[in-house]
Amino acid sequence: MGKSKNWRETIITAVVRTCGYSAVVFVLLIFFFLLREGLPALAEVKLGELLSARWYPIENHFGILPLLTGSLIVTVGAMLIAIPFGIGTAVFLSEIAPRWMREILKPLVELLGGLPSVVLGFLGILVLSPYLRVFLNLPTGMTALAGALLLGGIAVPTTVSIAEDALDAVPQSYREGALALGATKWQTIWRVTLPAARSGVLTALMLGIGRTIGETMAVMMVTGNAPVLAIKLTSIFSPVRTMTATIAAEMGEVANGSTHYHVLFMIGLVLFLISLAVNIAASSVVFKSRKRAERVLS
Amino acid sequence: MYIQNKGSDTMVNLALAWAERYQAEHPEVSLSVTGGGSGTGIAALINGTVDIANASRAMKSEETQQAIANGITPVEFTVARDAIAVVVNSENPVHELTLQQISDIYSGKINNWLQVGGDDRPIVRLSRETNSGTHVYFLETVLRLGDKTNPTLFSTDTLLLPSSEVIINEVRQNPNAIGYDGLGYIPPDLIDSVIAIARDASGPFVTPSIASVNDGSYPVARDLYMYTAGEPTGAIKDYINWILSAEAQAIVADLGFVPIK
Repeated sequence: MGKSKNWRETIITAVVRTCGYSAVVFVLLIFFFLLREGLPALAEVKLGELLSARWYPIENHFGILPLLTGSLIVTVGAMLIAIPFGIGTAVFLSEIAPRWMREILKPLVELLGGLPSVVLGFLGILVLSPYLRVFLNLPTGMTALAGALLLGGIAVPTTVSIAEDALDAVPQSYREGALALGATKWQTIWRVTLPAARSGVLTALMLGIGRTIGETMAVMMVTGNAPVLAIKLTSIFSPVRTMTATIAAEMGEVANGSTHYHVLFMIGLVLFLISLAVNIAASSVVFKSRKRAERVLS
Repeated sequence: MYIQNKGSDTMVNLALAWAERYQAEHPEVSLSVTGGGSGTGIAALINGTVDIANASRAMKSEETQQAIANGITPVEFTVARDAIAVVVNSENPVHELTLQQISDIYSGKINNWLQVGGDDRPIVRLSRETNSGTHVYFLETVLRLGDKTNPTLFSTDTLLLPSSEVIINEVRQNPNAIGYDGLGYIPPDLIDSVIAIARDASGPFVTPSIASVNDGSYPVARDLYMYTAGEPTGAIKDYINWILSAEAQAIVADLGFVPIK
């Protein structure tokens, strides 16, 4: 009886462990593949050239700075929209809305997250861009702003879903304790509940950033894909070209093993490293807050 | 018998129309047609993954060398001709431009419609992506005025849009916009705002049409090509011969291109 139980235990442990390790292995394999195909770009193109401001690959101008700034400005813009709306909606759903409203709104928000980004991009070209052009008196509506608005809209459902679950998991005793001490509802939410749900909320934001930086179709359709160096504040109102749209638009036309091919993989590597950096930063904050909580409790 | 046909987005509707007619007449042959841009088709030919590559521009010498290094000798066939129309918004009063003016607009030297006789509006330049043969042809013939040593490039704020439909859509609703595309892709509501182009300030301003392409008076006309890997044989050869025949060339005219004759 004891022996057969051990057998089952060993097998299940082995299977679960393999699944866990395989996740790490797959990520490492992707990383090494990107390295193998992308590093030759550093040998074939001078570093000064790679960091220049002109991206025109069919004439061997491989400056990736405009692509980097394009991705960054759209991501930052999107997060500026997604953070208040995402966390605000999560707080509303979890703390303020009555139960019946929450049962209706939460599935609706998740439905919004299920919309294919291509559809949103399509709506962006037909509706959002012309509106922005007229409303803000811009030369064209195909700008980083249009991309940021769409991406903010795409990131909100992911953020709301996870943040709301995290807020929900905060024990009711925290809220009751704060209210008993005389705190108002808002003080409870802002000073007690949100900090207590901090790791879940940060995870939600991290996933939102990851979704935003990797988004391809929607930005390819509304940002205009112009390789402009987007370093001024007003660049949000100019067309930009993101790294993801560049890879999507150009990968089809490169001959295997050419310099252009290697540079595109290097851009993929840069995207990978940025996602990795965001994840590590968020994890370390979560880890530090958990350690502090453990110290307080002990 | 399965023939793979890939490449130019300019030619994709034409290639599809040809494939459908040919398959109706020869049911034993199966044709698959995909777009992706001339650059994509040529890359596929170099990689050996396609039978016929459609291109709205000639193969560059580096591409030919890459193909030969891979053991593939590309053979070129001119299958139709095309005019590149430059189109503006229907409210735009500008109807005539010289090649030099269009070159200066697209390279960023001219930034306001006032400078070419229009309203006081910023110019928004629309273009196809770099994998498009139309883009490369426009760069060589209009921006660089046919001079191979000219280093002029598109200005960095030129919008590189993924398809003809997006370009037409933006030109249709943005009064600041100027765009270019194959004549067959200009819809009826924009056909009157196609720009008449002159080779220089003195020359006649010519609008694109079958007649002005064939007599050479329209300066921005080009050949459309199909490339095969080596001299074609068997079913591929029959297909290419059919394309060069009168029946297939009638389809060319129907779709807004110029038949070869």
